[in-house]
Amino acid sequence: MNDLTPTREQRTAALEGMGCKRKRVEDARFTQGKGNYVDDLKLPGMLHGDFVRSPHAHARVKSINSEEALKVPGVLAVITAETLKTVNLAWMPTLAGDVQMVLADGKVLFQNQEVAFVVATDRYAADDGINKVVVEYEPLPVVIDPFKAMDKDAPVLREDLAGKTSGAHGPRKHHNHIFEWTVGDKDLTDAAFRKADVTIKEMISYHRTHPSPLETCQCVCSFDKIRGELSIWGTFQAPHVIRTVVALIAKIPEQKIHVISPDVGGGFGNKVGAYPGYICAAVASIVTGKPVKWVEDRIENLTATSFARDYHMTTEIAATKDGKVTGLRVHVLADHGAFDACADPSKWPAGFFNIVTGSYDFPTAHLSVDGIYTNKAPGGVAYRCSFRVTEAAYCIERGMDILAQKLGMDPAELRLKNFIRKEQFPYHSALGWEYDSGDYHTAMKKMMETVDYAGLRKEQAAQRAAFKRGETREIMGLGVSFFTEIVGAGPSKNCDILGIAMFDSCEIRLHPTGAGIARVGTKSTGQGHETTWAQIIATEIGIPADNIMVEEGNTDTAPYGLGTYGSRSTPVAGAAIAMASRKIKAKAQMIAAYKLEVHEDDLEWDIDGFRVKGLPEKTMSMKDICWAAYNSVPPGMEPGLEAVSYYDPPNMTYPFGAYICVMNIDVDTGVYKIRRFYALDDCGTRINPMIIEGQVHGGLTEAFAIAMGQEIRYDPEGNVVTGSFMDFFMPTAVETPHWETDFTVTPSPHHPIGAKGVGESPNVGGVPAFSNAVNDAFSFLGSTHIQMPHDYWRNWKAAKSLGVFAA
Amino acid sequence: MIPGPFSYHRPATVADAVKLLSTLGDEARPLAGGHSLVPMMKLRLATPEHLVDLHGIDGLKGIRRDGNRIVIGAMTTQAELLASDDIAKSLPILQEAALLIADPQVRYMGTIGGNVANGDPGNDMPALMMTLGAHYRLEGPGGGRDIAATEFYQGAYFTALEPGEILTAISVALPAAGHGYAYEKLKRKIGDYATAAAAVVLTMAGGKVVSCAIGLTNLHETPLLATDAAKAVIGTSLDAATLKKAAAAAEAIMSPAADARGPVEYRKHVGGIMVTRALQRAASRAK
Ligand SMILES: Cc1cc2nc3c(=O)[nH]c(=O)nc-3n(C[C@H](O)[C@H](O)[C@H](O)COP(=O)(O)OP(=O)(O)OC[C@H]3O[C@@H](n4cnc5c(N)ncnc54)[C@H](O)[C@@H]3O)c2cc1C
Repeated sequence: MNDLTPTREQRTAALEGMGCKRKRVEDARFTQGKGNYVDDLKLPGMLHGDFVRSPHAHARVKSINSEEALKVPGVLAVITAETLKTVNLAWMPTLAGDVQMVLADGKVLFQNQEVAFVVATDRYAADDGINKVVVEYEPLPVVIDPFKAMDKDAPVLREDLAGKTSGAHGPRKHHNHIFEWTVGDKDLTDAAFRKADVTIKEMISYHRTHPSPLETCQCVCSFDKIRGELSIWGTFQAPHVIRTVVALIAKIPEQKIHVISPDVGGGFGNKVGAYPGYICAAVASIVTGKPVKWVEDRIENLTATSFARDYHMTTEIAATKDGKVTGLRVHVLADHGAFDACADPSKWPAGFFNIVTGSYDFPTAHLSVDGIYTNKAPGGVAYRCSFRVTEAAYCIERGMDILAQKLGMDPAELRLKNFIRKEQFPYHSALGWEYDSGDYHTAMKKMMETVDYAGLRKEQAAQRAAFKRGETREIMGLGVSFFTEIVGAGPSKNCDILGIAMFDSCEIRLHPTGAGIARVGTKSTGQGHETTWAQIIATEIGIPADNIMVEEGNTDTAPYGLGTYGSRSTPVAGAAIAMASRKIKAKAQMIAAYKLEVHEDDLEWDIDGFRVKGLPEKTMSMKDICWAAYNSVPPGMEPGLEAVSYYDPPNMTYPFGAYICVMNIDVDTGVYKIRRFYALDDCGTRINPMIIEGQVHGGLTEAFAIAMGQEIRYDPEGNVVTGSFMDFFMPTAVETPHWETDFTVTPSPHHPIGAKGVGESPNVGGVPAFSNAVNDAFSFLGSTHIQMPHDYWRNWKAAKSLGVFAA
Repeated sequence: MIPGPFSYHRPATVADAVKLLSTLGDEARPLAGGHSLVPMMKLRLATPEHLVDLHGIDGLKGIRRDGNRIVIGAMTTQAELLASDDIAKSLPILQEAALLIADPQVRYMGTIGGNVANGDPGNDMPALMMTLGAHYRLEGPGGGRDIAATEFYQGAYFTALEPGEILTAISVALPAAGHGYAYEKLKRKIGDYATAAAAVVLTMAGGKVVSCAIGLTNLHETPLLATDAAKAVIGTSLDAATLKKAAAAAEAIMSPAADARGPVEYRKHVGGIMVTRALQRAASRAK
């Protein structure tokens, strides 16, 4: 070897493979305003559509008069449910097995529901037209409080379901009832409660909120009459699913539908579902023969496209007096709004909420969920979490704190006492999951040592004493959260969407000069797939990440995939990428053996190529193999170097983490100060530590927003009172706390590279940490549970109700 | 969020602007920084047919001395106020309040004239102007006139501006040397209007309050001067009992609306706390 021969370290570094803090390749265009989003698309002759929306939460639509609107210069058409009926599209199926009005058909069921679609030559004319459409409404009584939806005399919301005593998920108990879903052993659980030394029971609500991506939902539809082809550019997290849904409901052959997701400005679950805007833009394009663009504004996004959460969880835990949990019983009242448009795998009406036993070894548990209709917007998407997992994590993490309080035990100690132990993995939970791997005690102890948990508790005791002496008006809270996520939907044995198994896919094609393209069935909405997918390939096949172009989002070129949500990209598509790489590597090995004139088995992999065992000088780099693949493959072998893999995961992956929030609250104003937030995440193998850190920062910021103020709130008449960023809490960098991140590594035993997915963990684990901090701060004044969100006035209200203003 | 149709005018003189506004009538509105008016237009809560942009008029900008008064041109932006050494020295409370308005982008565009002429109870400058005893200069079809800030606000979005009138300048007498001041504002986040805010300007001698003015933002449909609260602190050393009395007197005149910032009771309660904190901080600054 001479001085110019790169060292093994240099060769590894040159690949920028897994473990490297590779800079995000997509940022060059994003930070320079050169991204390409749906609204950047301008097609010749393109028209613009916009909605007339209902001011009422529940009303009969007596008439719709478009006469004046059609006189507005530039307005070409006003589409109503009557128009859509001619093509059988006035209603559309939802992912949850319900049906949903595309445009108001006889009545409206939530404020800002789509009533008519005005199509015009520009956006301004469309809006002028909207103001001229005259709709006559007859207001009906509204149902906003979910706890009143199943009252005997509650107004009937879904007249279309009259007489239907069962729905997609079994029997319906009431005219506003959607489904009941039960899991677990009821008798065993009831027995555990009868025998328990200590029990707790609390109604824990997770309020309605919204994923609110910066880019709202939007699309451009263009129907080519001559070819009979429909092209749809849209902000889709799952473009292939959209293509299949369109084929099924519009009866256009699937090969003639082209769905393209260009750059997408955030999704967080909001862009999984299909919305009336897509259908109307497509129909408008078919009717007019011109491309039609539909772009939601912020108010429309917040009030009409998918919300998240709205789970009201009556939580009971049974335990021994020394703090060993013996049973968990949860009943959820799930407010789905006017239509059940929940985006869950088809057989899971409450998502994976049965992960609610969390990180603890519950011998038995029982769960029942009642889904109900109210006069609110439909949705119920997984806002940066796997399906209903953040609700479950909040439920159990609050529950454990309440139990600790009742037992007089420290909440961290209670958790340590009940964790599933390392040697119990793979662990079968009482509600039916098989946890793949975990080391909870190590993570928890690392968190406690790093932040000096014992010291913080001492400080809190001193602060409380000072408060009682009247020396300070601030109280201090420590919010501990230890979450287990369930991500990577999912194995075909238990997950499908409309009958399509939830696999994912990758196709890799290497070029002669040692470069290549990888096409993947997922769709980055900001996660940095172009960066990390190339890193997996770099490590697997020894081609520098910089030489791999990653492409997603075009259904004509990408292999079929189920898209990006529920932290499934790395667990499912990441595995497909590794498997496709390994197919390539196997062929490469045959080529190398042929060229080096040895037997394949005499070769071993070495960073970026093969070498002959025992003869380290005899090597062939992957770059050279690429060239050879195109000119001198072994006799009988097909030339070229490419592979496709469709990966059906054998199991979910179970990331986990230990978080803590230290918070002070001024009881006079309710103003809080986040003094410290520490987040330890274990997502198995770490592909790009910098991207992980970025994902954790973003997810924690959302968790902070949700716990501390972000909500979709309705007044009793059904008006949304938080319909813009003035009132819907979207923190800026100024309000956002400083995040400390940390990690342990417990690889997934069944995943080809051991990775678990991390994008959503911080939202799942963060919310309980914030809420537990607030609740912990107030607990010494006698409260057990204060509902979220914990904004200033509600903190003040809590303080007031606990008597801190008594003279 | 798409505004209705309108035509755009850009006069070069105050006289032309006044003429345009009076001939175009009710459907014409002056446009300053646009950061209150344009959002209202996008929501179609305001649908003016004509916008008369004041940016082309020389002389509506700038900060100058006029004897013992400071005169600020209506089209002076919040950012320019913040950059002015003169304001820093003579009216530091103006900078303290301006920094609490929205974010840098809004402050680069938003003008002090637009802020005080808008008539939105959520604007911060009006209560401050009342506290400082400012006067507004108005020019209209019938000529010019001066009006005290305390006389200007009549209801939410209703002011003393007559049809065709524009506000050209704000004039403030220099506060006494050694005065103490504070603007205390509680808001939920950057870019939010006040849940409650209080402005205090006072003078002290021998540890006792000699003079005091207190203004309140977003606690009524107009900005308020809390005269009784101010009276209650004169001659005191701002002891706990006095502060409590002042807060109670201020709360007595508040009638905020319940909104997502909190119920009425909360907004009044924190309104009292803003008064208390502003008094304490102003006193600590007084020399
Ligand atoms: C996100 C956001 C947050 C904000 N937060 C705050 C806040 O916390 N506190 C606060 O005080 N403000 C806030 N504002 C408002 C901001 O300060 C505006 O700039 C200000 O209220 C209006 O000033 P402008 O120059 O933008 O006026 P414009 O919006 O152009 O005009 C406002 C109104 O005043 C009239 N007008 C303007 N100039 C004159 C004049 N010279 N003579 C007569 N009439 C005139 C206009 O016709 C219009 O009716 C916020 C704005 C935004 C967008």
